[in-house]
Amino acid sequence: MRRADRIRESFSWLWFGFGMLYFFLPLVATFLFSLKGRKGILSFAAYGNVLADPQFLKTFLFSLEMAAFTIIVGLVLIVPTAIWIHLKLPKAKGLMEALSLMPFVIPPIVLAFGLIKTYSKPPFALVSSPALLVAGYVVVSFPYMYRTIDAGLRAIDLPLLTEAAQSLGARWTTVLFRVALPGMRPSILSAVFLCFATVIGELTLAVILAWPAFGPYMALVGRDLAYEPAALSIMSFALTWGSIGLMQFISNRSHARRVRRPRVP
Amino acid sequence: MSRSQALRKAGSWLGLGPFLCFAIAFMILPALSILTGSFMDKSGVFTLANFAHLAKPTILSSYRVTIELSAVTAAIGTILGALVSYAVVSGGLPKALRSFTITFSGVASNFAGVPLAFAFIATLGRTGLVTALAKTVFGFDLYGSGFSLYSFWGLSLTYVYFQMPLMILTIEPAIVGLRREWREASESLGASSGTFWLRVGLPILMPSLLAAFILLFGNAFGAYATAYALTGGMLNIVPILIGAQIRGDVLHDPNLGYALALGMVVVMFVAIFLYLRLQKLASRWQK
Repeated sequence: MRRADRIRESFSWLWFGFGMLYFFLPLVATFLFSLKGRKGILSFAAYGNVLADPQFLKTFLFSLEMAAFTIIVGLVLIVPTAIWIHLKLPKAKGLMEALSLMPFVIPPIVLAFGLIKTYSKPPFALVSSPALLVAGYVVVSFPYMYRTIDAGLRAIDLPLLTEAAQSLGARWTTVLFRVALPGMRPSILSAVFLCFATVIGELTLAVILAWPAFGPYMALVGRDLAYEPAALSIMSFALTWGSIGLMQFISNRSHARRVRRPRVP
Repeated sequence: MSRSQALRKAGSWLGLGPFLCFAIAFMILPALSILTGSFMDKSGVFTLANFAHLAKPTILSSYRVTIELSAVTAAIGTILGALVSYAVVSGGLPKALRSFTITFSGVASNFAGVPLAFAFIATLGRTGLVTALAKTVFGFDLYGSGFSLYSFWGLSLTYVYFQMPLMILTIEPAIVGLRREWREASESLGASSGTFWLRVGLPILMPSLLAAFILLFGNAFGAYATAYALTGGMLNIVPILIGAQIRGDVLHDPNLGYALALGMVVVMFVAIFLYLRLQKLASRWQK
């Protein structure tokens, strides 16, 4: 190996090691900290306390429910729209890209403010309904969901497949349920996990719209206790790791399948 | 165009109806309501006074702190993220480390908000493990030396935890796009490693690096949850100020809140606009 390459490699190890330290030191420290729940010994007492708190289950289930509604509403709105654009209206792609940038331009805190202002008085007094929270969550996760699903559609070349299916006599329902949706399954699953990871611990919208969700509950615990927040942090990291890890596993697998397919120049 | 063609065209736009209705109701109308609200006083009469209030020293300083926080964490995130990304992509490290780093970055960039704040409190808080370790093992009193997790630099350190992984994910395609041939060509012409970076590598990467910096800037600028959980709303950054405004904690003037929010939207808009222009510039090299 040449000297320059050796130097490059040792610098690479250095930066990689530094990155890993930044990533893992807080996680390890938090884990060890969470074990100190009982004085003098290491134990899972803090985890027990968290799980025994009825508010934990209540708020977690509430957020789970909100996540489920967000996923359903998001998929029902975005999947047909994305399919429609790919098949009938490619011209609308630019419009959708522009719209999918809007949630970045309007940060959640501003969105929450706007939602309250628009929907706090009749005729649309929605502020006291969880539907408004779900609508906000759909807006926040829309860019990620749309991009994931759009990428999935690009990968399967839906117009070509539709033409092929129709020339074999398939009806549009057959095209939708036997061709489009199965082909989109990896991207839809990715969108679901991404959406779940976004919503489950979300704080901003839930706090501002005053809902007893998991995010505000965690913040409240952090104000009063010492070791339980660390336990919650580890649990919520496991949750994020689980959902994002699964998502990447799915998209890697479908990507690998795509690459293995012989290429036509 | 015949009548039936025109009808079909209208019909194909109708397919976007449900989604567009949703987007107008829950994205565009709320944004417009902030816009109109910031030009009105409490009784709904047109005024520019809210913007005059933005010039108050407290509010100006909160914008300054937010911009500094976003710029500092974006800069640190950009530099460190690019170095780590380069190390795992073309630094000669085992291939498995690269996919591991990418997967982990996906998780870590989503690990923000309340749990992240807790993790840093457990690590670097007053009774945190690293704080305690520094004291007992190295005899170094972190908090005695002026450091506090609940200050500007403490919050910055916490933000970098999600900024750096986002950078790794964002810059990876550009670093993959740096072709080995370019380095070999410059080496065969007698260029040193430093010359290569100064004259070839960095100029090619620059639009991508700047675009990523702006993305990270926006990412920190709009963040609310981490700061809320870490400082309990004590640090006067703009998102915290807006949140306090909505819940009626301070100032008691919703219209000033709208003006604050509008200012935030303007900053984000400029950031996204620059990001898109730079991305376009960068995409020339990624074919």
